[in-house]
Amino acid sequence: MSSSVATPSSPQQDPPAPAAPTTTAARTAKRPGDVIFSGLSIGSGLLIFLTLALVFIFLLIRSWPAIQTSRELTGNADAVSLVQYVAPLVYGTVLAALLALLMAVPIAVGIALFISHFAPRSLATPLGFLIDLLAAVPSVVFGLWGGVWLVPRLEPLFFFLNEHLGWIPLFGGTVSAPMRNMASASVVLAVMILPIITAVTREIFLQTPRLQEEAALALGATRWETIKTVVLPFGRSGVVSASMLGLGRALGETMAVLMVLSPGETFSLRILQVGQHNTIAANIASHSAEATPDVMARLIFTGLVLFVFTFIINAIARAIVSRTTKS
Amino acid sequence: MTSTSAAPRDAGTPPRGGSHALMTGSGAAETRLPWWHLAMTAGIALVVSAVILLLLGVFSIPALVLLGYVLHLIIGYTYSRVREGRRWAMDRFVTLLVFGAFAVAMIPLFSLLWEVLSRGIHKLITPAPLQFWTTDMAGVIGGMDAGGISHAIVGTLLITLGATLISVPIGLFTSIFLVEYARYGWQKVLGRGITFLVDVMTGIPSIVAGLFGLALFITITKDPGIRIGFMGSVALSVLMIPTVVRSSEEMLRLVPMELREAAYGLGVPKWLTIVRVVLRTAIAGLTTAVTLAIARVIGETAPLLLTVGSVPMLNTNLFSGRMQTLPTFINSQYGAGNAVCNSDVMTNPISGIDYACSTSINFDRAWAAALTLIIIVMVLNIAARLVSYFFSPKLGR
Amino acid sequence: MIARKNKLAAVAALGLTSVLALSACGGGAGTTSGGTGSDNGGSASGTTVSGQLAGAGASSAESAQGAWTQNFTALNPEAQVTYDAVGSGAGREQFLNGGVKFAGTDSALKDEEIAQSATACQGGSAFDVPIYISPIAVVYKLDGVTDLQLSAPTIAGIFAGTITNWNDPAIAADNPSATLPDLAITPVHRQDSSGTTKNFTDYLSANAPDAWTYGAVEEWPIQGGQSGDKTSGLISVVEGGNGTIGYADASKAGNLGIAKLKVGDEYVEYTPEAAAKAVEDSPRAEGRAEGDIVIELDRTLTDPTTYPLVLVSYLAVCDTYADADTANLVKAYASYIVSPEGQKAAAQAAGNAALTDTLSAEATASIEKIKAAG
Repeated sequence: MSSSVATPSSPQQDPPAPAAPTTTAARTAKRPGDVIFSGLSIGSGLLIFLTLALVFIFLLIRSWPAIQTSRELTGNADAVSLVQYVAPLVYGTVLAALLALLMAVPIAVGIALFISHFAPRSLATPLGFLIDLLAAVPSVVFGLWGGVWLVPRLEPLFFFLNEHLGWIPLFGGTVSAPMRNMASASVVLAVMILPIITAVTREIFLQTPRLQEEAALALGATRWETIKTVVLPFGRSGVVSASMLGLGRALGETMAVLMVLSPGETFSLRILQVGQHNTIAANIASHSAEATPDVMARLIFTGLVLFVFTFIINAIARAIVSRTTKS
Repeated sequence: MTSTSAAPRDAGTPPRGGSHALMTGSGAAETRLPWWHLAMTAGIALVVSAVILLLLGVFSIPALVLLGYVLHLIIGYTYSRVREGRRWAMDRFVTLLVFGAFAVAMIPLFSLLWEVLSRGIHKLITPAPLQFWTTDMAGVIGGMDAGGISHAIVGTLLITLGATLISVPIGLFTSIFLVEYARYGWQKVLGRGITFLVDVMTGIPSIVAGLFGLALFITITKDPGIRIGFMGSVALSVLMIPTVVRSSEEMLRLVPMELREAAYGLGVPKWLTIVRVVLRTAIAGLTTAVTLAIARVIGETAPLLLTVGSVPMLNTNLFSGRMQTLPTFINSQYGAGNAVCNSDVMTNPISGIDYACSTSINFDRAWAAALTLIIIVMVLNIAARLVSYFFSPKLGR
Repeated sequence: MIARKNKLAAVAALGLTSVLALSACGGGAGTTSGGTGSDNGGSASGTTVSGQLAGAGASSAESAQGAWTQNFTALNPEAQVTYDAVGSGAGREQFLNGGVKFAGTDSALKDEEIAQSATACQGGSAFDVPIYISPIAVVYKLDGVTDLQLSAPTIAGIFAGTITNWNDPAIAADNPSATLPDLAITPVHRQDSSGTTKNFTDYLSANAPDAWTYGAVEEWPIQGGQSGDKTSGLISVVEGGNGTIGYADASKAGNLGIAKLKVGDEYVEYTPEAAAKAVEDSPRAEGRAEGDIVIELDRTLTDPTTYPLVLVSYLAVCDTYADADTANLVKAYASYIVSPEGQKAAAQAAGNAALTDTLSAEATASIEKIKAAG
């Protein structure tokens, strides 16, 4: 569609020098095609600004009653302040997303490397296709699968962890079947974000400059050394942004968590104990149906908090990336 | 995606086996062993772990595979370290890890696909093949063993198409702006802001996107009861845009600067360079980006429940009337749970036809619809691959 | 050049073309008779009505609403009624702001909501009629125990966490002849807010105020523990364990064991008739406008032919609508729902209890008063 926007201009004009900012700006402005194209690009960027601003304003307006009267009844019999209400949810959401990311990223990088550098050519394409298929599974189905298939199979592992590594707070507490706990939920989340991280990472690994790889191999590097010195540094920013995409999905995922986790509202570290954690999105989904306007305002406020929280997490991630790439 | 254009390579490594020794060139201490040494260490690891598990009295196949794999990491590494040297041992170790990662990912994939296939296939092929895809739910009540999802398939495709038509131009142009324009001055600052906000946008819970779509359309049309397919498209595009931007930005950044400079050097205007050179080179990756983005939203339930409602009949108009979609259909069928059968025969009040009664019919329909959704995405994936195959520049990689 | 440009244009559309092609296929294959039309002013004459009517609300009555909407369409081919199962709260909100013309709700409109309804109801007011009665079953999965009897204080103790093992003396006292295993009880509750939870907790607090001190609430009041999302989620959790116990719409219990409840001095098995009788025997809520039929369920009935653990779902409609077409359509649909035929259709499709004839007649009389503005 983009190609039909403007007529091709004459190729005799001077090429803009990308290295010189002022010239580029001056030259691009002259061509109608360029003006339209850059206008469209900037316009799209601004549209995203606008959309986000609209979402933010909408969330703020709808949650305003809850912010104004920050002491109100929830559905629970006891009154809690807005902060008390939101804080465990934020904790649960971040915990779930981080656990999922912790499990998914190493595996995703492994799969991406497998497909791009280890698997035989003839296998790589169908394997990549299989992984992409996972991305397509609707979250309701992940939830169904998680509840029916995964949770019973995780049981022995979780009992083992609790029994032998129970002194680690993470695995402590009372553990009982069915394992509808945070650990199960984050495993499901990890499976859900795996294909997204893998797909983006794989594409980037495949784009590693071939000459550099061959140079490394010619110097006698092993395959691992080639990957370590050429592929990974080249793909680092891609891996980080792929992980951010995965994190985003993990933070906002509703149905799968709803169907696998027995929720609760505590700050417990015990991810094997049921009824301890809940996530913001799942909480909104399970309570919005019967919500009174007051409760709805409060639920939307949690959505706003999630929004702000992604802000903070992304800012931190970005800071880490820019620090590591500089050094 | 890139299967054909930038085919997965072995990183230029020669075939596995003894000939690796040619490549080392760093002393006689490093020799490469043939593959059966690996098989041998694996065998040892399995036997050892079997013995350990039997001694502990907790023998099971999954435990054997898990412990065997971990032991093989250690035994294989040590063995290779002694016989081949540190560097090759490390190589073996990482290879094993990578294969392990892949195997781990296959478990959920296959179990999930199997669950959906085995539970969903029955409804797709009985009573007649594809009847489930060509009928709708008009007149289907209770435990009636009838009905289909033609209306939901059409609804899902139309709504997703709408979302794609909104998201892809916006997302693609935004990523073009980020990669091609946001290089200097105020544009760079703006670009940074947009990159950041797009990341934030990925964290919007889907249900909030649905609420946003609802509020937006109610504000515009002043009709609080409005429920149309296009509202769902808008809500989904809020979720889809960040995925498109982020992944296509990555793909555009991978286009070598030399290609752009060569085009500029020939006097090609910037916009034409972007269209003809940059987008063309990145097309395979962009296809992946869009396919992923579609896959990301096609299974979304919550926003559609709020914005498009549900209806048992076909509606092909995105701009008028409620629509049924596959995810909301799955959700409501699963939510309906066990059906009751007070009599053996249920009569469709609209068509007057008698059907058998089945208590599990709602679950059957939910799984069959889930299978259908996966098949649709599979077809879209293949189509996208074909597109990238035919339109990618042949670089001879 | 031109050919390549076209190619690129196609590329820019990427997978879209395939989506189009697919949807075209689906469109061709499906029935095209679907009611997309917005021709609301159809020929409303005689007994049949026409047009589109949208409602939203409780998911408890979704199966029943499915039967009603479909049967109604069969009787009135020109009319199409849709029902979005978005939940009682959301349904009432949509109804009150005019988004939908009727709402299904597990709890009757509150006084302030009725006051608020003047805008949606053209200056008139909204009212409730009971449309759906469903017994709530205490479901359990306990290998080796097929016949379980429970009294309200025992159930309250189990769900409040004071009775934690199946061989507890309180359970044994209810089941003198059963052999109960030494197994931990896993109570399972609804994790979403729901009318089922409200009715269940209302039953507990009315019958066992000492053991159940949390009152009647829509959202489960106790932290921690196992839970499931919606009825089907709860059922699957109960099915997935051993020694689990939960509460759900009796029609959704599937293969699970259902406990007999102690009513008066007897243990009563749920039946639709006993549930309907419990509703019939319960007094009306006081302070309601005439025609606004709201039942104040009496959970402490002692007549063993009643089953007081029951959920009543209401239809909230306006007494005045903006135009005659809508008013006629709502009136026709609501009358059909409460009519004996409508109740029978729902009972067959959803397994709920039909309204008794007296209640049905009373509801019909209320619905007759629906009129158009002006």
